[in-house]
Amino acid sequence: MLKINDLHASVEDKEILKGINLSVNAGEVHAIMGPNGSGKSTLASVIAGKEEFEVTKGNVVLNGEDLEDDSPEDRAHKGVFLSFQYPVEIPGVSVTNFMKTAINESRKAKGLEDMPAKEMLKMIREKAEMLEIDRKFLSRSLNEGFSGGEKKRNEIFQMAMLEPKLAILDETDSGLDIDALRIVANGVNKLKSKDNAVIVITHYQRLLEYIVPDFVHVLHNGKIVKSGGKELALELEAKGYDWIKNEAVV
Amino acid sequence: MAYTEEELKKELETKEYEYGFYTDIESDTFPKGLNEDIVRAISKKKNEPQWMTDWRLEAFRIWEKMEEPEWANVHYEKPDFQAISYYSAPKAADPNKSLEDVDPDLLEMYRKLGISVDEQKKLQNVAVDIVVDSVSVATTFKKTLAEKGIIFMPISEAIQEHPELVKKYMGTIVPKTDNFYAALNSAVFTDGSFCYIPKGVRCPMELSTYFRINEGGTGQFERTLVIADESSYVSYLEGCTAPSRDENQLHAAVVELIALDDAEIKYSTVQNWYPGNAEGKGGVYNFVTKRGLCEKNAKISWTQVETGSAVTWKYPSCILKGNNSVGEFYSIAVTNNYQQADTGTKMIHLGKNTRSTIISKGISAGKSQNSYRGLVQIGARAANARNFSQCDSLLMGNECGAHTFPYIEVKNKSAQIEHEATTSKIGEDQIFYCNQRGIETEKAIALIVNGFSKEVLNKLPMEFAVEAQKLLEISLEGSVG
Ligand SMILES: Nc1ncnc2c1ncn2[C@@H]1O[C@H](COP(=O)(O)OP(=O)(O)OP(=O)(O)O)[C@@H](O)[C@H]1O
Ligand SMILES: [Mg+2]
Repeated sequence: MLKINDLHASVEDKEILKGINLSVNAGEVHAIMGPNGSGKSTLASVIAGKEEFEVTKGNVVLNGEDLEDDSPEDRAHKGVFLSFQYPVEIPGVSVTNFMKTAINESRKAKGLEDMPAKEMLKMIREKAEMLEIDRKFLSRSLNEGFSGGEKKRNEIFQMAMLEPKLAILDETDSGLDIDALRIVANGVNKLKSKDNAVIVITHYQRLLEYIVPDFVHVLHNGKIVKSGGKELALELEAKGYDWIKNEAVV
Repeated sequence: MAYTEEELKKELETKEYEYGFYTDIESDTFPKGLNEDIVRAISKKKNEPQWMTDWRLEAFRIWEKMEEPEWANVHYEKPDFQAISYYSAPKAADPNKSLEDVDPDLLEMYRKLGISVDEQKKLQNVAVDIVVDSVSVATTFKKTLAEKGIIFMPISEAIQEHPELVKKYMGTIVPKTDNFYAALNSAVFTDGSFCYIPKGVRCPMELSTYFRINEGGTGQFERTLVIADESSYVSYLEGCTAPSRDENQLHAAVVELIALDDAEIKYSTVQNWYPGNAEGKGGVYNFVTKRGLCEKNAKISWTQVETGSAVTWKYPSCILKGNNSVGEFYSIAVTNNYQQADTGTKMIHLGKNTRSTIISKGISAGKSQNSYRGLVQIGARAANARNFSQCDSLLMGNECGAHTFPYIEVKNKSAQIEHEATTSKIGEDQIFYCNQRGIETEKAIALIVNGFSKEVLNKLPMEFAVEAQKLLEISLEGSVG
């Protein structure tokens, strides 16, 4: 599904990603961990096509297609979804209206008609129920005045609505209380299938108890310095990152 | 392509005026220039009674002694008032004609504007009094309105048919001496609308007028007078757009609203006159005086969406004379390229327990300048007056400007006044967020702008809200493929 080859990316001449290699197959869950500032969010943004970052070397391939020339919206239409670490506020635009626009724009790109209102409402109702989101919430302005946890839950609601092929969840767990974490993780699990893939960026083992990864990667200083199975996350939780940093230097 | 500041800027600069076309209609046009003879000729052309001619002449004499104001935050080449033709009527016009007989060229023009007369006729609940250049071409729904005793007609007809009402109210809210443009308008106005709602009558439909400038080199000077008698209600819509022309066109309208005891007037405007091209050439100069008077328990709401004109100078105001009267001003002003807008409101609180609300949304792009200028005045006898003002500015790019000039004058200590102001920029992060959800940049900007303007858009009648949203998009989106 996703293949990242020797990816280098920089911003304002500062290199942040320094040769990432990663291969994600359909049906898999990958976790990416790593210290603050190691480049996790940058990697997510580069996959999503944020132009602020310049890809200086390497490439990102989705289902055999090099994404180099694809705009962020093209990538979204191809099924890439990013749950943002810091979702932005859009005052005056309701969650419902935003989702309606997003879904219909994606459909338009595929040459489809707008989704009939009835179908849209049904879908909104179902997904909101799954994530235990109050319908009143959906008429509020997107992310405006949302609590940290509400923002994250809303990101997953959007994921549920858009049904992506590749979902990247950037610290979706941070800000969620214990119950919300369970609800959101269950939601993600329900959306998982053999045809899609999830990349989970997190600092904590706890999320991975719910969304069980097939692979865990450690990003440090713009490179994946260690990969392993789900037990690697436990090891990191116990030992921190120093031992890997040291290993990486060697 | 994803959004960068540079691209956005380019996009906005390449925007061309959507309604830039010019329909050839034979016009009966006066020679250029202004003097007492021209004023008399206008009056004669309109078959006006002597009192009206005298009224105009008096206004002309006042205007002659006045100077064009310079205090607004706008810079433009002053119009040469002697280079303008003050009367122009489409030859095909005939007041006895029915809608079906309207000049096909005109119909074509409306079709291009998406407001074809046919379509309007089908639009239930909207009566349309269309003004092309200076003469009303067609009036609809007159009968239905007449049954309720509502008078809705071109002001020129009202002068003939209801002189007592016109005489009683015209110039009482905006006197001839009010300002340079109002004086000019009083001398040379050629058309506009007149509306009277009798006591206790709720006007069953939105009254709507589409104004349009059509003849190159002519200015348009409408005069609108709306009188809501005691306990009546009316919602009035005014919308306009102009063909793309190279020379600057002057527009100086006067609108007077009178809400008698317990009456309510909603006045909504969508203004989309030609803003000039991307280099700042051409465009309409829009110098408007709009003012309403509220008697006891009356209410006046001004809602405006201003996207057009090269230079706008406009302050729809309320004189809250009666106790417990209410004034509202909801405004969206969009400026792009080299457009300049200086707009806002005046809320003059004279009566006790008077309340006013001001919500102003300014959106600036390109190299434009967008100023809000508002005055809240609480008179000595206006006990317990309240005002809430909110002025939000949204900037796109780094070359435009947003300015806020709130003036507050309080002569009564019991007044409560709140003022809030914010300035924000459409952020790359917002655009990227939308892009990531599959929404292209152009659509994202439209979404963000509509969200920003929502509080005001919500105040517009349904039919108008859709049109207004479209206008916002047209005004700000580029023609990027
Ligand atoms: N636009 C930018 N301009 C300059 N530096 C940037 C920019 N974006 C990211 N960086 C830098 O790149 C590095 C990686 O940032 P990134 O956000 O990818 O880290 P992260 O691994 O997601 O960290 P965290 O765990 O704190 O979320 C940091 O040093 C950050 O300061
Ligand atoms: Mg991060």
